[in-house]
Amino acid sequence: MINLLALSTLHATALPEQKLVDLTAVDVLIIAIYFAVVIFIGFYLKGAANTSEEFFMAGREMTAWIAGLSFVSANLGSLELMGWAAATYQYGILAMHWYWIGAIPAMLFLGIVMMPFYYISRTNSVPGYLHLRYGDGARALSAVSFAFMTILMSGINMYSMALVMKVVLGWDLNFSIWVSSITVALYVALGGLRSAIFNEVLQFLLIWAGAMLVPVLGLIEAHGWVNLRNQIAVNLGRNDYVHMWSTLGSFNTNPMGINWFGIVFGLGFVVAFGYWTTDFLVVQRVLAADNLRSARMAPIIGAAFKMAVPFIVILPGLLALSVLPYHLMPEAGALATGGHSYNEVLPLMMVRYLGPGLLGLGVTALIAGFMSGMAGNVSAFSTVWTYDIYGAFINKRATDSHYVKMGRACTLIGVLVSIGTAYLVQHAASIMDYVQQLFSFFIAPLFGTVILGMLWKRATKAGGFWGLLAGTVTSIGLFVAVRLHPDALRYVALSPDARPMAETLYRALWSWLACVAVTVFVSLLTLPKPVSELEGLVYGISPLPKESASHWHQRPIVWAAIVGIIFIGLNILFW
Amino acid sequence: MRRILSIWFFAGVLFSIYGLMILTNGVWEVWHPPAHHTVLEDLHSSIWWGAILFVIGLGYLIGFFPKSKTP
Repeated sequence: MINLLALSTLHATALPEQKLVDLTAVDVLIIAIYFAVVIFIGFYLKGAANTSEEFFMAGREMTAWIAGLSFVSANLGSLELMGWAAATYQYGILAMHWYWIGAIPAMLFLGIVMMPFYYISRTNSVPGYLHLRYGDGARALSAVSFAFMTILMSGINMYSMALVMKVVLGWDLNFSIWVSSITVALYVALGGLRSAIFNEVLQFLLIWAGAMLVPVLGLIEAHGWVNLRNQIAVNLGRNDYVHMWSTLGSFNTNPMGINWFGIVFGLGFVVAFGYWTTDFLVVQRVLAADNLRSARMAPIIGAAFKMAVPFIVILPGLLALSVLPYHLMPEAGALATGGHSYNEVLPLMMVRYLGPGLLGLGVTALIAGFMSGMAGNVSAFSTVWTYDIYGAFINKRATDSHYVKMGRACTLIGVLVSIGTAYLVQHAASIMDYVQQLFSFFIAPLFGTVILGMLWKRATKAGGFWGLLAGTVTSIGLFVAVRLHPDALRYVALSPDARPMAETLYRALWSWLACVAVTVFVSLLTLPKPVSELEGLVYGISPLPKESASHWHQRPIVWAAIVGIIFIGLNILFW
Repeated sequence: MRRILSIWFFAGVLFSIYGLMILTNGVWEVWHPPAHHTVLEDLHSSIWWGAILFVIGLGYLIGFFPKSKTP
């Protein structure tokens, strides 16, 4: 899940003129080579994106490793990197929950339980599954909200990335926005999902190559993990920045103002399952797998790598609390005093440790992160628009080549709308906060609708539609209530000590409950689909196809168990 | 449809180039220190990190080098 909270208050009009560092010729050359390679991949793969199956689903030829790395990479945008590093500086190691309990169980659940239904239904998208299971109403609601929000989010990501490049390197906003957008538009429009996935894998590797030296050198400077923890406690005069669970007994015993119930059920269950199992941006990568076993293994491989990402995101934030000789502050304070803000923590740590060449690689990692996130948004948008809006409601009988042309066109249109959004946000920054919230309105209830559809054969078409609508309306209603009456937060999050992060998680929980309750209630009052129409869509109706794994070590469940055990061990280690 | 090169081959090419550039630059810096000083620069991370990237990249480049089709 992208964290824009920390970056949302950054305003272009108030940016200081000085930059953090000057790039050398070798740095610039490294960045230029990266752009050349991603564009080359787009042109190279153009010939393999001629049919709609090839353009939108990468021919369903991806191996488990490629689909799995792409699955994680599409989520690992530059704002994910910089936003959570900033959040770690603000809230300490609690930010790690968004990588572990806020991702791993959901990813494993996707691979083990949900993937067979997505895969064997041969759906092209999550709204496509809703169409098969619930009909056109739920599909339309889901597709329109997803397409709209995805493209807006893409623009906001783009704008925030350009701002960071301006702060760190002094690059012109327009230059960053147009060059990176045109590059993404080119390689996605040319090579479709295959090109997006290829580049995402490359970008994932580059992110590690460029960012990994920061925690390695940081730990050397801090004299190891134990010393780092002690130093943070000394510097801050408190001990709650380095514990993941022991401070979550109540809302007022940790820096985030949340409790364990909100983390486990709000984040770990509703928000995480909503994002990782129903957000088409990430699910699309897994649907491109070459067989059912690969499709099930991909999220498990993704989970293993996701568990490691805090090393390059969370650890730099913690290291900054220990080794930086000055304090970072909120954006407004930084602008007033000429200091540095939380948002700059990752670039600051890069500048601290990375010399010429390595710094170019670090900046390339940030750019690669941005591009992988944007390519994910744009390719998912083009698929949902073409299959679930245009092909479903506007032009049902077009030829396959027409849909491919439409896909290429909407990739370009999607990028242009994103650029428009970026400029809109530049002139009305408050829009950014609202759009981020809007995105969260749809994810939690969508998970309720999908999971009931997969696990409960009695769920009906009307139940699915009204449940999804009720959940979304509940989320919006709670959001508006807290904005109009801030005191309402104590009722939403069930505590007067709750802080904004708790509101997001509890709101998701309530909206999911509303969705499930309404879906069940309406379903029980309406006629269910005949069982014969639910084959391949609902658990227990028809046997799942046998997988190709012949040995125990090839079975997804074995690897899911291993990842699960490591996940539990890590949580205990950092308790 | 023509056979598509493996993504790992592209990764190998890119990492080899980057590794070689960073390694070369790191060696150059031993005699010509850069204007921008970094913490722990005496560890010469450019040299060993560049070498690691180069070796990994070369491994992937060779391992996934496109082979000519046998009839």
